[in-house]
Amino acid sequence: MNANGLPFRPGTKCWSIGAHTFVVTALLVCLGACRSGPPETRSGASGATGSTPTGGTVTATSGVANEWTMAPGDYANTRFSTLSDINTTNVNQLREAWTFATGTLGGHEAAPLVVGSTMFVVTPFPNTLYALDLTKPGGAIKWRYDPDPQSAAKGVACCDTVNRGAAYADGRVFINTLDGFTAAVDAETGRQLWKTQLGDINLGETITMAPMVVKGKVLVGNSGGEFGVRGWLAALDAATGAIAWRAYSTGPDRDVLIGPNFKPYYESDKGTDLGTKTWPSEAWKMGGGAVWGWISYDPQLDLIFYGTSNPGPWNPDQRPGDNKWTAGIFARDPDDGDAKWFYQFSPHDLYDHDGVNENVLVTLNVNGQSRPVIVRPERNGYVYVLDRATGEILSVTPFVHITSSTGVDLQTGRLQYVEAKKPRVGVVVRDICPAAPGAKDWQPSSFSPRTGLLYMPHNNLCMDFEGMETSYIAGTPYVGAEVVFKPGPGGHLGEVTAWDPVKAQPAWKIKEPFMAWSGTLVTAGDVVFYGTMDGWFKAVDGRSGKELWKAKTASGIIGQPISYRGPDGKQYIAVLAGIGGWPGAVIVNELDTRDPTAGAGWGETMKSLQASQTKGGVLHVFSLP
Amino acid sequence: MSSAFPSVAAAAVLSMAAVSCARPAPVPDAPSRVLRVCADPNNLPFSNRALEGFENRIASLVADRLDAKVEYEWWAQRRGFVRNTLRAGLCDVVMGLPSRMEMAATTQPYYRSSYMFVTRRGTHQPASFDDAFLKTAKVGVHIIGDDFSNSPPAHALSNRGLIDNVRGYSVYGNYKSPNPPAELIRAVEQGEIDVAIAWGPLAGYFAQVSKVPLQLTRVMPEREPPFPFVFDMSMAVARSNTALKDELDKVITDNKPAIDAILRAFAVPIVDDRKVASR
Repeated sequence: MNANGLPFRPGTKCWSIGAHTFVVTALLVCLGACRSGPPETRSGASGATGSTPTGGTVTATSGVANEWTMAPGDYANTRFSTLSDINTTNVNQLREAWTFATGTLGGHEAAPLVVGSTMFVVTPFPNTLYALDLTKPGGAIKWRYDPDPQSAAKGVACCDTVNRGAAYADGRVFINTLDGFTAAVDAETGRQLWKTQLGDINLGETITMAPMVVKGKVLVGNSGGEFGVRGWLAALDAATGAIAWRAYSTGPDRDVLIGPNFKPYYESDKGTDLGTKTWPSEAWKMGGGAVWGWISYDPQLDLIFYGTSNPGPWNPDQRPGDNKWTAGIFARDPDDGDAKWFYQFSPHDLYDHDGVNENVLVTLNVNGQSRPVIVRPERNGYVYVLDRATGEILSVTPFVHITSSTGVDLQTGRLQYVEAKKPRVGVVVRDICPAAPGAKDWQPSSFSPRTGLLYMPHNNLCMDFEGMETSYIAGTPYVGAEVVFKPGPGGHLGEVTAWDPVKAQPAWKIKEPFMAWSGTLVTAGDVVFYGTMDGWFKAVDGRSGKELWKAKTASGIIGQPISYRGPDGKQYIAVLAGIGGWPGAVIVNELDTRDPTAGAGWGETMKSLQASQTKGGVLHVFSLP
Repeated sequence: MSSAFPSVAAAAVLSMAAVSCARPAPVPDAPSRVLRVCADPNNLPFSNRALEGFENRIASLVADRLDAKVEYEWWAQRRGFVRNTLRAGLCDVVMGLPSRMEMAATTQPYYRSSYMFVTRRGTHQPASFDDAFLKTAKVGVHIIGDDFSNSPPAHALSNRGLIDNVRGYSVYGNYKSPNPPAELIRAVEQGEIDVAIAWGPLAGYFAQVSKVPLQLTRVMPEREPPFPFVFDMSMAVARSNTALKDELDKVITDNKPAIDAILRAFAVPIVDDRKVASR
């Protein structure tokens, strides 16, 4: 829900990948997407695989070095930096190099970008884009671009004013604005090249995801599941801003861009016009399935992968059926949007479990066979390993305490819900795990081909449906469930888990007092970076999870850390601080009002977060002395 | 849009005139006290930027009694409205919230209304949610947008397995159009649905100004545990602002006839029975 979005951008700068090849398995991430020359991919570079006792290995197919041109780092969504100047032995000497105040108060979820000697930072509403000159001491402002999103409809997009980052390709920077536009800006001058309206804020549509550029098309999806929007992913011509195609997440096949090439793996996804037939009457017209999460791209298969949000806005018993194509993952042709396969993580979702999380593209090598797969940490509490070409589930393993389902039937692909934990209005249902924000929300993982581990920032949240609460909206009184979030087993709210996709088990876990709502970054120095909602930026050992260093930032961190090499040749680590977003604005407020049933210390814990944090975006940049 | 509703506008003006005349003389200087009101700028019959809603009228009446002037903070009524307005300190009072709302301190109720069946005149008037008519008619209800947070009629219908003949109208509607929640009533006018189940003030006002004659019937039962269909409505202030709450309670007690007159002018269906204890 809730508003409930995000996706990204593509890079054109392949030189960095070729120059720092660590890839053993040859999936050339830049192939077909890069105009600036063929990538020089070499195989056999050192440290490319993570060995495991079972004989299996897992490798990634990309990673980034000097630049950071899209929020997830690369098309494979690894967020892996091949830089290793900063490593486990010297990270304890990291110190702040410079800072920059964004002048904006909303939750800062974006990743900064670095292209050449310029850093690009996009803020939450009003979505100002700053270009910072990295050749100047302290990152002086080179230009700023103000898209001036409509503030007239104040309150129409109430819940979530975040922006998850920009994208860079071919001399242009692309940003999405909260009021439903995508803009292209000249990277040198900040001049607007085009601006296209995709969503209508008056209908509750917003855009919060980071765009991604694939093969000359800017991919953008909408947010607004809480407002009964109909989800879509659109592709715009990067040069002109013209809309090339738009694929809806509900409705007839022609709207969903499902044709003869659509070959889903599981039976329940096969059939004609399931986007209407799995809904009562015309409920699909505002059925949700917003596309506010991450996009991955596999140049070899020439497929994009992205998730769709939960169905809405009716209660589950008012929308009988699977509610296709919500809470699942699409594979599509980036050229025309043609759907290739779909898998539904949560058919007929009961828990507001958006299916928009990151799809990390890696290659599994087991028993002498290598297989391109998607590793997908899902909101419903499972890590899925899916065949990238077909959507077949290869493994599915819980990574948190789960009470709402017993697993996934590998024959049918269907999540097995637990009847006793199905929420019903007016009925008290306790200890539903994971809670509505899921075992893991939007906060993106990273993957290191050196350790073979996926570093997942996530939640440890359960919830009770406690009864009825009177509310009021737009002049209409109503009653809703009173949902009480509470910590899962252990009493902490967040975790960072290093997940081994081959063994399908954690290598290590770090408990965090609050939800781990920032992204993670992993480097070839085997250091994992992440931020906390109480404002600490931390570096831990990628192999052991041991804390190596931390620094206090200006506000709570819910952004995405990145690494880059500055014009001075040094490696830098950068992250935006600035509490807000769903946890900052909603969860914190909701939690502190509900106490006695909510577990000892819970209300007090969240109050302490509120008391200790102030809003305001600050970019922090760190380096070795 | 207001010009389409001459009778309502006239009645409202009359009631305001009565209010002004009750004061001995115009105060030469504008009052220095300010009553900051958070309201939706596009949501008749409750409020709008042109101050044509009954909550606008009542805010003026209250301010007059407190020797204050009204200043508005406009904010669309969405999830987070109370959090972003009253609780964020943008204003002193929200003119209409359910008396049982827990996010704020609420005054004594100043009206009580009910969800209503809205049908075209001359067609069947449903007697209750169990009326067989609802099994075959095209039924429209407001939907809120979050799972498990829906209008009580939506729950009542789904409890009876009424799904395929029910059409949902987003309570948010299209904010570019005037008074977006009213789309539900327009759908009855235009024959898109046979019956709307709408909150009383919205139903009453837009039925009164409809070009097609409409009829209203109070929904029954009055309560279907755990869902009430009748709500007491209050003004709301920040929980800590007990002084203002006390002042507002007194204004409501002392000005009941004037408040009732405003509600009547806007055709708000008033439920006057006392079977449900008010706070």
